[in-house]
Amino acid sequence: MPIIKTENLTKKFKDLLAVDDVSLEVEKAECFGLLGPNGAGKTSLIRMITAVSPPTKGDIWVLGNDLRTHSRQVKTILGVVPQLDNLDPDLTVLQNLLTFARYFDIPKDEAYRRSLEVLSLFELESKVNSHIRELSGGMKRRLLLARGLINLPKILVLDEPTIGLDPQAKYLVWHKLSELKSQGVTQLLCTQNMEEATVLCDRVAIMHHGKILSLGSPQELISRYVGSDVWEIDVNPEERERTIKELDSRGLDFDEAGDKIHIFHIEAGEQVAGLVNFPECLRRRPATLEDVFFRLTGRSLIE
Amino acid sequence: MKPFSWRFIRVWQRNRDVFFRLWHSEAPGFIAEPIIILLAMGFGLGAYIGLVDGQEYIEFIAPGIIAAYAMFSASFECTYGSFVRMEYQKTYDAIIATPLSVEDVTAGEIFWGATRSLMTGTVILVIAAAFQLVPSPWAVLIPAVSFLEGVMFASIAILFTSIVPAIYSFNYYFTLFITPMFFFSGVFFPLSSFPEIVQTLSWIVPLTPVVHLTRALINGEFHLYLLWALALIIILTVLFFSLSLITMRRRLTI
Repeated sequence: MPIIKTENLTKKFKDLLAVDDVSLEVEKAECFGLLGPNGAGKTSLIRMITAVSPPTKGDIWVLGNDLRTHSRQVKTILGVVPQLDNLDPDLTVLQNLLTFARYFDIPKDEAYRRSLEVLSLFELESKVNSHIRELSGGMKRRLLLARGLINLPKILVLDEPTIGLDPQAKYLVWHKLSELKSQGVTQLLCTQNMEEATVLCDRVAIMHHGKILSLGSPQELISRYVGSDVWEIDVNPEERERTIKELDSRGLDFDEAGDKIHIFHIEAGEQVAGLVNFPECLRRRPATLEDVFFRLTGRSLIE
Repeated sequence: MKPFSWRFIRVWQRNRDVFFRLWHSEAPGFIAEPIIILLAMGFGLGAYIGLVDGQEYIEFIAPGIIAAYAMFSASFECTYGSFVRMEYQKTYDAIIATPLSVEDVTAGEIFWGATRSLMTGTVILVIAAAFQLVPSPWAVLIPAVSFLEGVMFASIAILFTSIVPAIYSFNYYFTLFITPMFFFSGVFFPLSSFPEIVQTLSWIVPLTPVVHLTRALINGEFHLYLLWALALIIILTVLFFSLSLITMRRRLTI
């Protein structure tokens, strides 16, 4: 049984279709990534799944519970890490965690024990009695993650968990998230960081204009849409037309990307032989999820 | 409309904890100010005014000041206070991601606002008693009236908070609603001093019945119209409390 299941989920704002008929299933103990440009509908989808925004149409089940009738039970086992800082600035670090634990009816002693535990998990022990305004942006983010674990959630919902973190903190967070996954905590991860999705996610869904365009493991998606490598050509404007004609005549799969052309699904080096006059204008590099992202959602700005 | 649950107490506890951490910054507005008004108006202006309804002026205004500042406490708490928590600190968003519902949050805010009224009303009552301005033992019921009054004004305030676009909108609330009541609800002058039309209007705004009820309890003098006063308070409370649960859900769960 999937731990999260949505069927024909739709969210409509006045004249905007934010989420358009999305059906998906998240399996227990997997990390499921939601990727998409700004305004793709990721946050709207997550808000519906975490029971803070009612669907315009469609159904959601979490652990077999219909969210419409069991939102309170579901919220008990969810840990939500929001994109925007909503820590309580009127309270200290420890009070933030204790107050949050109280929302979950966690007894005082237990709440205190767990608070210290999650603080040490994210290396915030020295900040126990600090005020929120004394924390750096990265510390606030780690505190939001720590807070999300206070109720020992079965499902962790993360909206851009490492945005604004320095590389050290980012790797710390990734490491902790993989540990949690191996302990059986299901994760629903919204991100625009392709490396993060590749490292953490078992499966990713690429969203665009409220719809899921494609779904699979990062490797599957890469080999489906890009192949194992990307061949990149620098083209100057005079040669552009000729090169494109040549690529077409060879039946190759390519995209124009600014002053470059990306060629995909190349099986053998001969396929690209003689395309350029200077060998340094042709490069081969490993394909990434980012290539998939651009292929599916385009290169122009969305907003 | 969905009902609220006992979990509202969690929001109340959160606000209580914050209040007792920062109470010294709140005290001047709700303890010092009413006492200054009571003494300045009572002794200062009172020296030029003869008996009002058979009482010294300071005795006349004491119950009105209790009712008015209890109103201010709940009103500030559930307009500026709630709006900052809702829009700037995103505290409500954080809370509704836990087992608490929007209705629990709304009720928690309202009952906390009412608790502020209760505290303010009680402190002024005790000080008025120290100045021997409280002749009747019925006055022990005043904290209960202040609390009920608080639930009513907190509900009206939170309803307004749930529909305003920006914090500046509260200028209208205080200038056009709260301040006129402060002057036209029988706090400083008997209603009979006003033209007929103001008297009639005065009887349907929510502060007037509270002032009458508080004054009756302080003096131990009861009239039949106090039943109407109590009924009006209860009707307005139930009405605005229910409405605010609906409008707050609409605001937070888009």
